[in-house]
Amino acid sequence: MHTNSLYQEVILDHNRKPRNYGKLDHANHQAVGHNPLCGDRLDITLQLENDQINDIAFQGESCAICKASASMMTAAVKGKSRLDAETLIHEFRELATGKLDTTHPHHLGRLTVFSGIRDLPTRVKCAILPWHTLHAALNSITSASTEANHDSAHAISSKS
Amino acid sequence: MNSATVSLKPEISASFDAEKIRADFPILKLKIDGKPLAYLDNAASSQMPQQVIDRLVRYQTTQHANINRAVHYLSEVATMEYHAARCKLQQFINAREDREVIFTSGTTDSINLVMHGYGRKFIKTGDEIILTTLEHHSNIVPWQMLANEKGARIRVVPVNDKGELEVDEYEKLFNERTKFVGLIHVSNALGTINPIKRMIDFAHQHGVPVLIDGAQAAPHIVIDVQALDCDFYAFSAHKLCGPTGVGILYGKAALLESMQPFKGGGDMIASVTFEETLYNTIPHKFEAGTPPIAAAIGFGAAIDYLTAIGIERIAAYELSLLNYATECLNDIPGLKIIGTAAEKTAVLSFTLDGIHPHDIGTILNQDGIAVRTGHHCAQPVMQRFNVPATSRASFAFYNKKTEVDALVAGIKNVQKVFL
Repeated sequence: MHTNSLYQEVILDHNRKPRNYGKLDHANHQAVGHNPLCGDRLDITLQLENDQINDIAFQGESCAICKASASMMTAAVKGKSRLDAETLIHEFRELATGKLDTTHPHHLGRLTVFSGIRDLPTRVKCAILPWHTLHAALNSITSASTEANHDSAHAISSKS
Repeated sequence: MNSATVSLKPEISASFDAEKIRADFPILKLKIDGKPLAYLDNAASSQMPQQVIDRLVRYQTTQHANINRAVHYLSEVATMEYHAARCKLQQFINAREDREVIFTSGTTDSINLVMHGYGRKFIKTGDEIILTTLEHHSNIVPWQMLANEKGARIRVVPVNDKGELEVDEYEKLFNERTKFVGLIHVSNALGTINPIKRMIDFAHQHGVPVLIDGAQAAPHIVIDVQALDCDFYAFSAHKLCGPTGVGILYGKAALLESMQPFKGGGDMIASVTFEETLYNTIPHKFEAGTPPIAAAIGFGAAIDYLTAIGIERIAAYELSLLNYATECLNDIPGLKIIGTAAEKTAVLSFTLDGIHPHDIGTILNQDGIAVRTGHHCAQPVMQRFNVPATSRASFAFYNKKTEVDALVAGIKNVQKVFL
């Protein structure tokens, strides 16, 4: 495993200049994501209208992997339908955990720069946190966590 | 008060043959991604020398049986060796009697034993428990559980900007409701050596017993529980070159006898009927079920190994490594050392401007350098210094200056990646 393949220029660039960084004033969906293992925290605010993500922003304290993942995620889902966003969330989780067969068609595009994370199990959660949090925001769950909580989050989202 | 620091003599560290010692540790020959391993995560867990590995193999191949039970040969040998390990620990901490040493699964288990055995019996509604900002979660959470159950209150000793306890503030916390003190000997997150003797004496003036979490101290400081006069002292084998899954709780005999058992089961009883159970004497009262026999015997072998080298020599050598590493790291622009107490063990917690510890840890790993990144199970310490996490290099007596150099080069490489 060569870590340099993970800390590629595109990830470093998004870490230096995160896109969609901040907080939306007129958000109608939001969630806070926590990674209790490292104390990282991420706020996501978004504006959803007719099941389309009109605008999205994130802010928080996190490592480069998490911040770049959040930045690229917001860029990828802005303007997309809720359904498309959920597809990306699913595919990204599969990619990060090494379950996605990238030889089959998928929608991740440049997000595949995160494929190297599958070799660093302790860092997978850093990359996935923004996506957990987006999922929570889309499903009106106010908080998400990389630990235990996301199971209950799923349970709540299935009811909503 | 720290005898390790007082005993520092340059000629000791000069005569310390780290290369010869390194040869005892097979794992140090590992290469990580083609790079020689620089294991700088000793505060999390230390490595095991061949002597301890061999002792475990000898036990498993020629001595294993359950203890305190059968009359056959192996059971008697295992019982004797397990007891011998207890006696080695007794001598290591200079306890008055071997029955004051209880084998537990580790420091956390030891603290939980005191919380259940002492705390649940003697701490009542409205009582106060004093802890410090430097505590590891293992010496916070059990007491919070107790406080919630009993309606007791936790008072916290603050630390100054160097990471030293404010002992004057500690003394002001005492009142007639104070019933217990839990105190970390050496901070795992910062390396601060706390003035525990003074703090124990003060608590005793108020008739308050003191538990010392010695997980980070026992590998680096000579422990004399009689001189300290602490009521409880806890540490784990795996930070002392021993196996995981075993540790000890030292307790003054009279206190241990006054306490209720923590776990019920075999071996901790004198007699059982369905009407009542008479508990066994200490230490057996607190060792329910089959204990970690192999690990305890390995713990004894680790104590033999460390004692043969000498904790004072270890401490002196580690201090020379700490001083060298502190000097080198202070020269790196953008690096800030968190925890600059006058009295420290060889722990360097640091932050790099604009770079998250997890990224530092991952990139250092690429160079074969193992450091811990995160909150070190001491979130109140992180909150005190207003950082979410730090990177922590922690040294053992088998580390060498070239590994400090590798760390420095690794940190500069991290900065280059994020330039």
